[in-house]
Amino acid sequence: MGYVAVSGGTEAILNAEKLVDYFRLKGKSEPLVVEQIRDQMRLAVDKVMGEGSLYAPNIAALAIKQAEGDNLEAAFILRAYRATQPRRYVSLAVDTAKMQVIRRISGAFQDIPGGQIIGPTRDYTQRLVDFSLLAEKREEMEKFLCNIGIQTIPEQLPDTFPKVVDLLRQEGLLVVLEPSQEVYDITRQAMSFPSCRSAKLQSLCRGETGAMMALAYSSVRGFGDIHPCLGELRVGYVPLYINHPGCKKPVYIGRVLVTEAEIIAQYGEGDKKSKPQLTLGYGLCFGHNELKAMSMGILDRSTRSKAPVKAPAEDEEFVLYHIDGIEAAGFVNHFKLPHYVTFQSTLDRLRRSQALKEESADVKHQAD
Amino acid sequence: MLNIRQINKHTGYNFAFLDENTKREIRRKTLKAVAIPGYQVPFASPELPIARGWGTGGLQVTMSIIGKDDILKVIDQGCDGGVNAVNIRNLLTKTTGVRTTFDTQAATIIQTRHRVPEEPLREDQILVLQVPIPEPLRYVEASTGKAQEMHAEMDYSRMWVFLYENIVKWGEITIGSRYPSLVNGRYLIDPSPIPRWDVPKLNMADTLFLFGAGREKRIYAVPPHTRVEPMEFEDHRFRVEDFTGRACVRCGSTDTYMNEIHDGSSGNKLYVCSDSSYCDKVRSRREDDLDGGK
Repeated sequence: MGYVAVSGGTEAILNAEKLVDYFRLKGKSEPLVVEQIRDQMRLAVDKVMGEGSLYAPNIAALAIKQAEGDNLEAAFILRAYRATQPRRYVSLAVDTAKMQVIRRISGAFQDIPGGQIIGPTRDYTQRLVDFSLLAEKREEMEKFLCNIGIQTIPEQLPDTFPKVVDLLRQEGLLVVLEPSQEVYDITRQAMSFPSCRSAKLQSLCRGETGAMMALAYSSVRGFGDIHPCLGELRVGYVPLYINHPGCKKPVYIGRVLVTEAEIIAQYGEGDKKSKPQLTLGYGLCFGHNELKAMSMGILDRSTRSKAPVKAPAEDEEFVLYHIDGIEAAGFVNHFKLPHYVTFQSTLDRLRRSQALKEESADVKHQAD
Repeated sequence: MLNIRQINKHTGYNFAFLDENTKREIRRKTLKAVAIPGYQVPFASPELPIARGWGTGGLQVTMSIIGKDDILKVIDQGCDGGVNAVNIRNLLTKTTGVRTTFDTQAATIIQTRHRVPEEPLREDQILVLQVPIPEPLRYVEASTGKAQEMHAEMDYSRMWVFLYENIVKWGEITIGSRYPSLVNGRYLIDPSPIPRWDVPKLNMADTLFLFGAGREKRIYAVPPHTRVEPMEFEDHRFRVEDFTGRACVRCGSTDTYMNEIHDGSSGNKLYVCSDSSYCDKVRSRREDDLDGGK
């Protein structure tokens, strides 16, 4: 009998690891430099930082290299690394009105104070394969950078812009939410439902872009009643401050690039006495990821729905439990693990069920 | 806070990977779980370098209770050599340096997926079970919030109806593993995907059973000498998997949980013990007997 119960697991996984490297390297092209990924695959790095919930462009770029460009796997590597880092400080609340914007647009008004700043976007490009990139030359790159004149922009633009939705608030057209006093930390405490708003926003903030987009899409397409309008979308750098013992004033610790979306949505479902007002869904994520920030804004609002029968995107437990890419990927993937024992148990049940069916058919047959 | 002196120089990580604060939280939640048998205690469950759904709950429990003098055994499907068992054992030995064993009786902590070992466990041993879905009511209620209310009210009526309807439709209950069982006459648990074969081993045992669900962020426990009763009707009793007439092709045992394998060359269906360490023990005992007889 050739069967050996103890399989060669150790050897198998060592070989699998080697094969992963082999398939990454077998094309023999130049080794990828992490700085190239960080700079030239900027949006992938941003997505990985957002879903991995750690603002660390170099480590994110390294994780992308390690994961052969699988963003979900890279986000997982980053998230696992994050879990080993102690939480030393909590930053002061960020005022995004102080954002140094690289892009800000509004779908609600043609003219907004400060103006629409289109910034870096592919929205109005034609999706044609750019064959000229096949032979991109260093001299051309440098010439391009010399001629673009980015350095003149700070003179033309103000440092900060007023928020579009503040106009609506001032006119009383928008429901104003109470600020939460206590900040829940979902990395220190399991979520419970109904969730508090800070837990919900944190959970959305580290959600997987594709999953959030699909749910947000379902809501705006008709499984829900959100009717969104983009109040303002802004991308830019926000300063972070902490309170530090020994310092009287808050201490500046650096800046992060974020995308913020404010989604104006259907009337608030308050009590009948209150005047009708529009509501706001809020989205914010690390890096430049407009689709995620907008999806987050839509889901923040849709999950506050008071509809008696809820569409999937209106059920906060449904949304928040299923948008985490790292959890979802892990569990869907786990079915690759052996399930011999449980499947044997299933077969035992099925065979008994079949035998009982046959028995009863026999009894019926004999009675006939 | 992270104790800098405890960081292992080779890996850059703390003893047993997790920092001491995280371990302390898990131990507190574990103590609560032991104090309220079968109650699912939420815990923070940070990410590990092992994927969610691949044993991160069990790992966190093991990491929080393991000490330098422990002797560790890790099994998957009852087998010490499976790829996932190897991977989990490697992470634990890399970050703790503890001794490991395949011998169930020599281990002080056993981390397992889908099996309770065949050999009876003692009071000085802890069995840590990896749990994919901690909620036994998930069969009938998808929402965790609603399921919590049902537990609070000990309202398990929908589960009884589910089992009854199974019998009406199929003549038999369809749940194979993960068989819902009542702990200490109070909380219904999902005993993790162990086969029904293993459920009676939890009842009034000498051992502490700890259940960790990492992705779902829950810990629960069956303390020693605690009643664990699988749901059953007076006229439809709980029954374990039937291996009548089967014997393990490796060791000849007829009283163990077995997996069926299809022999490609002969086309026959063969049976082999799922608990590989027990199977090896019986096999070598038989070989010794044969040698002694000569």
